[in-house]
Amino acid sequence: MRNLNFGYGISRPRAIDMDNNDLRKSNAIIHEMPELQACIGCGSCTASCTAGGITDFNFRKLHTAVRRGEYRGAYEELNKCMLCGKCRLVCPRGINTRAMVMLIKRKLGDY
Amino acid sequence: MAKRVVIVGGGAAGMQTALELKSRGIEPVIVERDIELGGKARGWHKLFPSFTPAGDIMRPLADRIRAERIRCFYGQEVTAISSDGVMLRSGERMPADAVVIATGFTLFDAHRKQEYGYGLYDNVITSVDLERMMNSGKVLLADGSEPRRIAILHCVGSRDEKVCQKHCSKVCCITGVKQAIELKEMFPTADVFNFYMDIRMFGPGYEELYREAQQRYNVHFVRGRISEAAETINKRIQIKAEDTLTGRPLKMTVDMLVLLVGMSANYENEALASTAGLSLAPNGYFKANDSFLGVVRSEREGIFFAGAATAPKSLADTLAEAALTASMVDEYLKNRYNEK
Repeated sequence: MRNLNFGYGISRPRAIDMDNNDLRKSNAIIHEMPELQACIGCGSCTASCTAGGITDFNFRKLHTAVRRGEYRGAYEELNKCMLCGKCRLVCPRGINTRAMVMLIKRKLGDY
Repeated sequence: MAKRVVIVGGGAAGMQTALELKSRGIEPVIVERDIELGGKARGWHKLFPSFTPAGDIMRPLADRIRAERIRCFYGQEVTAISSDGVMLRSGERMPADAVVIATGFTLFDAHRKQEYGYGLYDNVITSVDLERMMNSGKVLLADGSEPRRIAILHCVGSRDEKVCQKHCSKVCCITGVKQAIELKEMFPTADVFNFYMDIRMFGPGYEELYREAQQRYNVHFVRGRISEAAETINKRIQIKAEDTLTGRPLKMTVDMLVLLVGMSANYENEALASTAGLSLAPNGYFKANDSFLGVVRSEREGIFFAGAATAPKSLADTLAEAALTASMVDEYLKNRYNEK
């Protein structure tokens, strides 16, 4: 019976499931740095991102997903960040995005 | 003899115009369709962005109308307007030297957006229902319990061509932020999610309040319009949207769904405009003479506007505009009087 391949696969549901996602880590991140909630999704961080210029790293998308409890792959993704801090310089809401990268990595280190 | 101005509508715009006209020595007469003054702001709980009780603004206005002995006709509907008077449903004609249209707006009927289940599901309410609930001091679910997870949906009946409401109703965004904060104050452990297309914080103090809602009250803002709502077996509401900032569909179950209903033009505008020889804007509101110096003037001499008859407006904008209307009416009457 092992590895019978009928040519079909099972896709993971793409929807963000806010009923079953574990929001405790997300809440802990927001609790520690509430300013992350002030993001208005302008994309300045992503536009100015050094890593984003050469990889598909997208900090705006990533932290939004993390806030919704979508942690899968986030830590590895954040390894692309070089901590140059340009995103922090351009953020119109004054969010310390660089510190945010480190905070999320710290909180999701065991994920 | 004092010139007489008939004001159609006894809401905030009509009352403020009447008081300003009176202070200029003009005799205002208010014709109100309802049985009392106050219009849509009556029964509202608190006002953005300062959380001022609506009664603190509206009650003194009505009190001053009484103190100034301004004549008000209640339960009277105006069926025709001209620069020298109005015709009432009763067939009576009310002569005037000028007329002010302060007929305001109609709340968008949330039943029309069937996909959100207003009127079908117990725990789907409108922003107006929520104000009434807050006014009564109790915001509870249909079964009497406290909500722990609440979704607020922006733009219900605004910017929506499917229900012929192409315009932005202007005040719902900030109302949504205000109500989210009020809900968080009432239920600090509850989670509040605002689903929006754009957040339009145009007024003084609005952006600051938005930020406070985000950062201090931890209100979750999700950019994406809820596409549908369905009731679960235990009377909760399951909603679907796209979280457009992550580019993924999102689903969740909430205890309560609040629909931020927009402002529609009055159904009667078309008939009234045709009797007065006025035209309407594409969204059904009365068309102002121009967008800058003639915002309260109509295309006809002697007919003026005040408040949300020409476009969705906040209470603050309406009160400010009504003072301008009175000044323009005064100027018009002086010019006409001197010419004679």
